[in-house]
Amino acid sequence: MIRLLLLMLLIAVPARAETVVAGLSLDEIGITTSFDGSSVLIYGAVRRDAPEPPGPPLEVIVTLEGPSGAVVVRKKNRQAGIWINTEKVGVAATPSFYAVASTGPLAQILDPGEDVRQRISVPLAVRAFSGPLEVADARPFTEALLRIRMAEGLYSLSESSVTLVEGTLFRADFQLPANLIEGDYRTRIFLLRGGIVIDAFLAALPVRKVGIERTIFVLSQQNPLAYGLLSLLIAVSAGWIASALFRLLRN
Amino acid sequence: MLIYLPIAEVAVNALLLLGLGGIVGILSGLFGVGGGFLITPLLFFIGIPPAVAVATGSNQVVASSVSGVLAHLKRKSVDIPMGLVLLAGGVAGAAPGIWAFNRLKALGQIDLVVQLSYVLFLGFIGALMAQESLRAWHRARSPNRPRAKRHQHNWVHNLPLKMKFRTSGLYISVIPPLLVGLIVGVLAAIMGVGGGFIMVPAMIYLLGMPTKVVIGTSLFQVIFVSAFTTMAHAVTNQSVDVVLAFMLIIGGVVGAQIGTRLSGRLKAEQLRILLAALVLAVAVKLALDLLLMPDELFSLERGRAA
Repeated sequence: MIRLLLLMLLIAVPARAETVVAGLSLDEIGITTSFDGSSVLIYGAVRRDAPEPPGPPLEVIVTLEGPSGAVVVRKKNRQAGIWINTEKVGVAATPSFYAVASTGPLAQILDPGEDVRQRISVPLAVRAFSGPLEVADARPFTEALLRIRMAEGLYSLSESSVTLVEGTLFRADFQLPANLIEGDYRTRIFLLRGGIVIDAFLAALPVRKVGIERTIFVLSQQNPLAYGLLSLLIAVSAGWIASALFRLLRN
Repeated sequence: MLIYLPIAEVAVNALLLLGLGGIVGILSGLFGVGGGFLITPLLFFIGIPPAVAVATGSNQVVASSVSGVLAHLKRKSVDIPMGLVLLAGGVAGAAPGIWAFNRLKALGQIDLVVQLSYVLFLGFIGALMAQESLRAWHRARSPNRPRAKRHQHNWVHNLPLKMKFRTSGLYISVIPPLLVGLIVGVLAAIMGVGGGFIMVPAMIYLLGMPTKVVIGTSLFQVIFVSAFTTMAHAVTNQSVDVVLAFMLIIGGVVGAQIGTRLSGRLKAEQLRILLAALVLAVAVKLALDLLLMPDELFSLERGRAA
């Protein structure tokens, strides 16, 4: 709460006509064994020093973005009658999760130039290619990346899902899938008028494995030998216990 | 009921995992195969990353094999000396196998080679077994026709270094089992499986071991091969998911016990026909994947975080 107040003060300093103040329903997401997704509510208000200016209406776009990572996109082709991977394009950095919510269709409320500057819409989330391009046209590969990630629910665009009340209060709901990658997620809120961003707000949302999940993950990374032996021990003893139990049951 | 897997970083239905483990466990107890050739493709299918599926599958195979071997030991159907000879060959074969695997990986064609070798080996072995077991089944139904001789004397029996394998009732040279173990070791490393599905027919048709002994002995050998694979994956790739393995194991060990009991009730011919049908079905499925145009031509592979 104190942090939020401080942020509000900081944001209030520049003499802009309209600024955004916002908060998240969660400070952090903990992934436990029973984790099956999570919903995050991002809420906020527009702060004005002067009466609402005339002209195009106020629009809001909220994005939620997961940590970036490299991805290799491969394409199968038919060779000698069988389908095999022949071409590939390396994408150096693309978010593991990217959701965009807005008060209206992006084509109407967001200027294309502004979109490129701020990297707001989903296709612009894919950053850069890694290494020399081995294919003549990389576009089908990035399109495939977006298509596959959207089908998995990792990338999404929900236009008109943000509601703006009285031109002041807004809220956006995000549903995070169960197959989350841990890392620092970030949310961005843009206030727009006439397609141009007039103010932006940034906040972090850490997603961490907690409890036994964390212990297992850390052990596998830091002491792989012990981890491997532990896995084998579990396997061997489970096999032995099952065998002994069944013998008991039969006698 | 969803459960989040810490290494695979996906959430899957816990009951689905128990069921998968159970089915593979039953097959393991029934046929003496570790089930690696089934569990790994099944895990791909439910969305586990391939590296994690291969590594965790081998850990699950350890558990179901231990459970199966203990049941077979009680029925005295494990030929331990034969198992050790096969294992010695297997360990010798694993090293060149891993070298070949890394070589192919560097060339970027490991997936294709793995899939092709599955299709070729499963198809070949399945067809061979189906043909043989159907013939045996027909013989059993028409008793007036003469039975084929079980033990035929061929070149195998003229090799040096002969050894007595009491449980199998064999007195043969150690060279053929060593070679069988070696070849299986190479293939197991490349294909990421325990190798039971290659080992079992090789023991029946090449070494002339009785079917009942073959299953326990194969399981005995598979324990060590898959334990070795699990350790190699855990140390080099950190891709063994202990939570996933645990769920599969719970289902698997129970399934293996059921399978072992079933194998005592079914006739040897029936067992072989069933295994042949299963092996052929997997081969046909994999062949179709290669031959038919896939729905999605593109595939994504998550790289290491930049």
